[in-house]
Amino acid sequence: MSERTVRIEAFSRVEGEGGLHLTIRQGQLHEVRLEIFEPPRLFEAFLRGRKAEEVPDIVARICGICPVAYQMSSVHALEAALGIEISPEVRRLRRLLYCGEWIESHALHMHLLNAPDFLGFESGLKMAEFHRAEVERGLRLKKHGNQLLEALGGRAIHPVNVALGGFHRLPRREELAALIPDFEWGVQAACDVVRWVAGFEFPDFDGNYEFVSLVHPDEYPFNEGAIASSDVMTSVDNWTERFEEFQVPHSTALHALQLGHDRPYLVGPLARLHFNRERLLPAARRLADEIGLEHPCHNPFKAIVARGLELVQAYEEALETLRQYRPTGAARATASGGPGVGSAATEAPRGLLWHRYEVEPDGTVRRATIVPPTSQNQAQIEYDLKSYLSSLADSSDETLAGKAENLVRTYDPCISCSTHQMRVKIDRD
Amino acid sequence: MSGLPKLAVYKFASCDGCQLTLLDCEDELLAVAAKVEIGYFLEATSGVRGGPYDVALVEGSITTPHDAERIREVRRQARYLVTIGACATAGGIQALRNWADSDEFMRAVYARPDYIQTLATSTAIADHVPVDFELRGCPIDRHQLLEVLGALLNGRQPRTPRHSVCLDCKRRGTVCTLVAQGTVCLGPITQSGCGAICPTYDRGCYGCFGPCGQPNVVSLSDEFQRRGVPAETLVRSLRTFNGNAPEFRSEGQRLSAIARKEK
Repeated sequence: MSERTVRIEAFSRVEGEGGLHLTIRQGQLHEVRLEIFEPPRLFEAFLRGRKAEEVPDIVARICGICPVAYQMSSVHALEAALGIEISPEVRRLRRLLYCGEWIESHALHMHLLNAPDFLGFESGLKMAEFHRAEVERGLRLKKHGNQLLEALGGRAIHPVNVALGGFHRLPRREELAALIPDFEWGVQAACDVVRWVAGFEFPDFDGNYEFVSLVHPDEYPFNEGAIASSDVMTSVDNWTERFEEFQVPHSTALHALQLGHDRPYLVGPLARLHFNRERLLPAARRLADEIGLEHPCHNPFKAIVARGLELVQAYEEALETLRQYRPTGAARATASGGPGVGSAATEAPRGLLWHRYEVEPDGTVRRATIVPPTSQNQAQIEYDLKSYLSSLADSSDETLAGKAENLVRTYDPCISCSTHQMRVKIDRD
Repeated sequence: MSGLPKLAVYKFASCDGCQLTLLDCEDELLAVAAKVEIGYFLEATSGVRGGPYDVALVEGSITTPHDAERIREVRRQARYLVTIGACATAGGIQALRNWADSDEFMRAVYARPDYIQTLATSTAIADHVPVDFELRGCPIDRHQLLEVLGALLNGRQPRTPRHSVCLDCKRRGTVCTLVAQGTVCLGPITQSGCGAICPTYDRGCYGCFGPCGQPNVVSLSDEFQRRGVPAETLVRSLRTFNGNAPEFRSEGQRLSAIARKEK
């Protein structure tokens, strides 16, 4: 009786597969292990020897939910390695493509994966039997994200139009302009979604986070900026001087920590909002005040509200770009050969995604390093579970498992991404 | 219990994109969900109802000893098993390990490869258990997915065309990128299904739906070689998401022997 274990064999309503192992000793929560058993796919090994221009199509396959994030971090890192300058138009269209992915991914997570926890349903599909209008609105928003990805990227999952230096082809004006009416509706609908989720009942929990996100002086961050944490700004080129990856026995995804800190850190919507709230576009910013979201916000259950504000932000920015778009100039800057070394970070829907490439003189990849957001969040998730569940150690296994799963979903973990796999530097037992 | 056909969705080594395609059927999702009882679909629901299942959709390839066992149980529980996507039908991009030293791959990625159990190869579901229908694509196309589900719900055999991407380019009126610009394009040997997207974005098809029916792969690579494309480039273009599909695999092997000589 002095020791019991609670296991969640496989989480539901998360992307990819992982489980949880809790050990309770003498009535105290002794150990929490987020177990990631997704089979390794070894991307960093087989990227070696591939041509730099093949990389964006290959790394997209790390994640079906956020392929654009992988394409964006890879093209920016390779452009840095090869000294390619992109045009302002390409830069804006890349942000537009990212808006499509944020809209699709955030609308999916909010409606089909996370909201059912607050309203007490096993799935978004069951929730639709009682909240039909809200789920239909969410699906319509999600569809707009996919339509934008299709117009600009060719298709929603694993878009085909992203190239080193820009795009294979610039969209015609009418291909993008056709989306304007839907996006006008979407800005308002997304605002209503935020008002809806802001009214949920949130468990009381303070993660007291060390946040990490990109920060850009003029914009809400997507493709560019420095890496902000509580005490310092780090250039994307210096990631390895500030952060470190390590392997643990119970996960095929590497963990990460910030050097000189004894606590983990959090990436994702709460972190982005923490550093960039004043750079939200007007509708999103007004709404953040209207709903009274506290700043800073350290409650992970409220990430759904932050995600909602980013949904509004993505609609607002996309609408502006769609209205102003006139194709001019070349679709892409021409690539020069290697050698070179470059890194880049962009903001995937679930947080900072860092890539680094070394390119040979013949333009093939010598070395690739990819650090996805969910790997970075793993240690924080375990840490939060331990403090959140510690007062509940007397509860039944079912209650504990249920509460644990609710908390895990708030990070929108993408386990497929986290186990793509990464190169390792150190090991701690 | 409900009298509705019971559906299960499983994941093996994959990116999640093919099962996401089901959730991407935004207009049809609620209607489809009303016609089936979802027995097992972890990405969409916490509700799990035991097998057997009338239809199992299987995403991902077999890369671990555990998964090689698990797929047998999935097969036992499924009346009709459909593989969805390039990983499940051909081994996926992770099958690139099949032509490499997989121990070296593991060492390149993990400091402690001994923590992790993995196989030396990534293989298709059909290499392990009988498969009733294979849906192609990296990712699959949602219209084809709806055709398969619609057919099975109505008790008929699903049908997806086996012709090449070329035919779709002609239908769309897309100028041939291979003929007009000399681009390396796998359209002539790749199965239809994506809608012939890449040539409309000014690039060659990269084969994400795998080999079409009776592909003349050798003839196409001979033509590219006559035009001066190195064998090594052709090996790389065949060895992506469907590199382990039989027709692409054998031509990849033939060309890589030529590439070694060219070096």
